[in-house]
Amino acid sequence: MAKVLVFIDNPGDALKKSSLELLTLGRSLGETVVALNGKLHDDVAAAFAEYGVGTVLLPSAEDLDDFLVAPKAAYVAAAAEQAGAGVVLLDNSPEGKEIAARVGIRLNAGVITDVVAVDANGTAHKAVLAGSYNTSCKATTPVSVLTLKANNVTPEPAAAPTSPETVTVEVPAGSTAAAARITAREQKVASGRPDLTDARIVVAGGRGLDGDFTPVEELADALGAAVGASRAATDAGWISHDAQVGQTGKTVSPQLYISAGISGAIQQKAGMQTAKVIVAVNKDAESPVFEIADFGIVGDLFDVLPQATAEIKKRKG
Amino acid sequence: MEDTLKIVVLVKHVPDAQFDRHLNGEGYTTDRNESILSELDEYALEAALQLAEARGGAKAGNQVIALSMGPSGAVNAIKKALQIGATEGVHLTDDALAGSDAAATSLALAAAIRHLGSDAPVDLVITGMASTDGETSLVPAQLAERLGLPQVTFASSLQVEGGRLTARRDADLSSETVEAPLPAVVSVTDQINEPRYPNFKGIIAAKRKSITTLSLADIGVQPAQVGFSGSWTSILAAEERPPRTAGTIITDEGDAGIKLVDFLAAQKLL
Repeated sequence: MAKVLVFIDNPGDALKKSSLELLTLGRSLGETVVALNGKLHDDVAAAFAEYGVGTVLLPSAEDLDDFLVAPKAAYVAAAAEQAGAGVVLLDNSPEGKEIAARVGIRLNAGVITDVVAVDANGTAHKAVLAGSYNTSCKATTPVSVLTLKANNVTPEPAAAPTSPETVTVEVPAGSTAAAARITAREQKVASGRPDLTDARIVVAGGRGLDGDFTPVEELADALGAAVGASRAATDAGWISHDAQVGQTGKTVSPQLYISAGISGAIQQKAGMQTAKVIVAVNKDAESPVFEIADFGIVGDLFDVLPQATAEIKKRKG
Repeated sequence: MEDTLKIVVLVKHVPDAQFDRHLNGEGYTTDRNESILSELDEYALEAALQLAEARGGAKAGNQVIALSMGPSGAVNAIKKALQIGATEGVHLTDDALAGSDAAATSLALAAAIRHLGSDAPVDLVITGMASTDGETSLVPAQLAERLGLPQVTFASSLQVEGGRLTARRDADLSSETVEAPLPAVVSVTDQINEPRYPNFKGIIAAKRKSITTLSLADIGVQPAQVGFSGSWTSILAAEERPPRTAGTIITDEGDAGIKLVDFLAAQKLL
């Protein structure tokens, strides 16, 4: 049976949902081997067993986090060769894509990013040009490297749990020589909200908020959602640049996208039009966002959002 | 006085995202009519110009080379870069390049950059944070891997001193300070600077700047290594998604917030 290598970077003491999605997809394509970076916590090891992982590989070096991606890519490529993997799966984060890019060169393997599904024969499906086309594509090489977008696979434990063995992979010597070194790292204050790119629900605000994101944040918290923003709002400095959804920001495809005070010009649309359900609130009935909204409200977001927030809290008790 | 720099900026002509974009080309490639200089590449060019100007600019021997790969339309991206201030333009073009995926594109660009470094080495390759069309972000990382160079991605500030670069990267959960020896590949975000517009003087000056055309033979690449034959991925099918259609639109009559929650409940999204 084909081997599928899944790269999981620093899971800490619990696997993220996107990692469980990778393990579930991987199992549908072959026998999964995990290439882990970081400590193998007991709970994580238990999750690997539950998800049917055959082998867990660990790097011989512990300083991979001190560098940008190059040494991690060298490790993943070495792990894929050691495991004899035909498919390498990574998450679709910017770092995941960069590692995939380099692993592709090291293994002479075709790389496909932004994958939403993979057929048993290896054909991958993805949306391109800001979600205006669906394409199916395939690596023409013996090994393929795929990065999977979050929220497209339902995590499912294996029918029969495994007891994975742990094996060390030698990180190629010299892989840190030509790498950029991280000399300082400042953790940002965690918002406690879900990660924007993985979130099941996103509430986003734009120009119409006029500097005050409170109604968007309160609705997001009532729904357990991530907060997003249009470029106009981030450029105005009303909210951190990390929150920007759109062509020059993040692309999200949540189950629900609530757009408040955003006109929905093409730059914003590019980042969110693959959301399953779109709700829009805007004062201007002519806003382009209403052309793509499943449910639109022409009204003042400072009335509508707080009312919705209060109603959700009431119903959730 | 700082050493002079030889900087290559990768520029790309992309379909204008203000209009509908199509995969009409052979093998589901992008239709590049109505193409423009990728907006995100302007930040890369500005970063290069600032580094060059801090060292006395072109007069002192600093070079900012705008490199673009693609059919004849790619010249427009190079011309725009020259108007903004690049010192010279290089157009890598060859019929055999059509249909190149990221792997084939990075192979050709790596060969072109080695070629450009054959007289004096290239110190820095600067790119935008992504292209606005392919959106795969693979090419710069693959280029760095092929050239064996360190790469700093998503730089929101960039300094070069004594043969080393220092950059700040803003990730979602942390900010990092990163150092790497030159030569290096750097991608910059749209937060790093405010790109300048070409002024009249720049537009006139650009007419006197040269654009060198390179073919695959010039850079020692075989046609079979690039294009559809040299690509490691292939697009089997492409289907235009049906456009989203508008759903229910209501006007707030004082209870729209409640109706919004009713809608979410009906969609089982609460």
